[in-house]
Amino acid sequence: MGETKYTKDHEYIRVEGDVAIVGISDYAQSQLGDVVFVELPKLGKALSKGDEAAVVESVKAASEVYAPVSGEVTEINSGLEAQPGTINEDPEGSGWFMKVKLADPSELAGLMNEADYKAYLASIH
Amino acid sequence: MLNRQGRPTTPGDALQSDHPTFTGNKALSQIEPLIFETGRLETTGVDYEAPKPFVARLGGFERKSEIGLPGLSEPEAMRHYVRLSQKNYGIDTGLFPLGSCTMKHNPRLNEKIARMPGFSDVHPLQPVATVQGALEVMHTLSHWLLELTGMDAVALSPKAGAHGELCGMMAIKAAIAAKGEAATRNVVLVPESAHGTNPATAALIHFVVKPVPVREDGTVDPAVVASLAGPDTAAIMLTNPNTCGLFEKDVVAIADVIHAAGGYFYADGANFNAIVGKARPGDLGVDAMHINLHKTFSTPHGGGGPGAGPVVLSELLAPFAPVPFVRHTEDGFELVESEAEAANHGAHAFGRMTAFHGQMGMYVRALSYMLSHGADGLRQASEDAVLNANYVRACLADLMSLPFGNRPCMHEVLFDDAWLKDTGVTTLDFAKAMIDEGYHPMTVYFPLVVHGAMLIEPTESESRVSLDLFIATLRDLAMAVKRGETERFTGAPYHAPVRRMDETRAARSPILKYTPPEPILQAAE
Repeated sequence: MGETKYTKDHEYIRVEGDVAIVGISDYAQSQLGDVVFVELPKLGKALSKGDEAAVVESVKAASEVYAPVSGEVTEINSGLEAQPGTINEDPEGSGWFMKVKLADPSELAGLMNEADYKAYLASIH
Repeated sequence: MLNRQGRPTTPGDALQSDHPTFTGNKALSQIEPLIFETGRLETTGVDYEAPKPFVARLGGFERKSEIGLPGLSEPEAMRHYVRLSQKNYGIDTGLFPLGSCTMKHNPRLNEKIARMPGFSDVHPLQPVATVQGALEVMHTLSHWLLELTGMDAVALSPKAGAHGELCGMMAIKAAIAAKGEAATRNVVLVPESAHGTNPATAALIHFVVKPVPVREDGTVDPAVVASLAGPDTAAIMLTNPNTCGLFEKDVVAIADVIHAAGGYFYADGANFNAIVGKARPGDLGVDAMHINLHKTFSTPHGGGGPGAGPVVLSELLAPFAPVPFVRHTEDGFELVESEAEAANHGAHAFGRMTAFHGQMGMYVRALSYMLSHGADGLRQASEDAVLNANYVRACLADLMSLPFGNRPCMHEVLFDDAWLKDTGVTTLDFAKAMIDEGYHPMTVYFPLVVHGAMLIEPTESESRVSLDLFIATLRDLAMAVKRGETERFTGAPYHAPVRRMDETRAARSPILKYTPPEPILQAAE
């Protein structure tokens, strides 16, 4: 299992082979509160880094989830639509959003590792 | 003769204990079931004759079973709605500090005038000769709106704030198209602190929205706007005072930057009530601004009444104002109803926003508010609104946290939840505890640029006595938080007709339709 990397918008990405798993961080789910609705991208959608990839809605507000890297959506976690609470219970495990086939693996270098992300979270509080 | 009706009249010890009742009601505080639960299928409050035999023309699709609606007698129906209304909280019940909503008192004089038959019983298709008084009200209201804003034209017809935004942005779009730049000038800059309706309005008419980050002090930096503006800039949408309750002090510089780039300045007038009589948007470089009559000039805001969102336009945009509008001629007042007619007066109206002429009742109420206050009164209303918000700020600043420091605000004061950190109490819990104390909570979790926002707008309607009680209540609650009395908050409201809702479950599995219990279903079949 590859290293998990994070964005400043609180998405995470974990590379497994030539596919990367994308979701939102534990911090993000704690800030959103109970998630009540998720809109996932269509299978096969080509995302550019920074594109709006999904929408996640809690009782408080709706937020966009941005693509941390460029690539094609190869799989979506469609179970989230019926059980959005999974995102709160296990965000970085069974609460993943989508799998993306990396277009440019070098984009990963610009993201934070876990230690850097923790330092970033400390800095925004 | 001895009167033998005398009896002890002191209540005695029974006063001290809680007495459950048979019905569950507590005297005037009554439990009210759903109307479906009160009514009965076999009852009706209306005595209809059985319909004459007829041949259905619905091709077999006509309903053959009972419709299943509960019937109520007239007193039952009336009591149901009166009891519900008694559980409601409104500006006529108490202080309503909902920030950004301006829940001010609606003077009863407005209502008296609006109910005069010449205003309340007119029909939009009546011959104009028979509605000259109503048209004069529209014309006079337009005059004063232009006077107060320093602008050139007004479109009265938009029905509320967001509709007014749409109208103003459509005028901007029309002006851009008239210059032949429709294809290239399509970006609208919207500060992060804006009302959500701003980006939504721009997106609705196919502008591309570009967010403008706000500075540390919660305001917009003209240098940042300059870095984002260019030949593709259609407009900026800026609220002033902004949603953090702060005056955008660089507003003129921002307007200059946008104009230099060839774009237009749309001002969200939702907070105009803070500056009426003090500053004119036209002097600040604004090209279009909606005015929420229902916020700034009373009218039944919060009473569920209709709103009205007239839009004022600068000299550049005035020719594109939508129809209809009222003209004053030698022969009286006339309505310009079509784009062709508008063209006869040198205008290029972009179309119309409403089928008819807008909210007549709101025009009457707003004009009544303006004329009864006078210029000095309108100015004082703005000053009092700002003074009241600052009084609340100054009296709570030692207990609650201000995200942009303890400095003067405009008509509303914004606190964040930094002071609640590690107390086990959230902004939502604090708001719910206010319900137990008999107050409608302030606006919470908006604006999004601060964490756990609490936005308080007391309005000019509140007296010093009323503000002092409100402040004392919030201080008592804040000190209870600091003493660790979390239960008072996390379980609140304890005294409302309905306890705290499970908002998550309501959003995840909403029940949108009443389903009768089994025996009633069978009876219907």
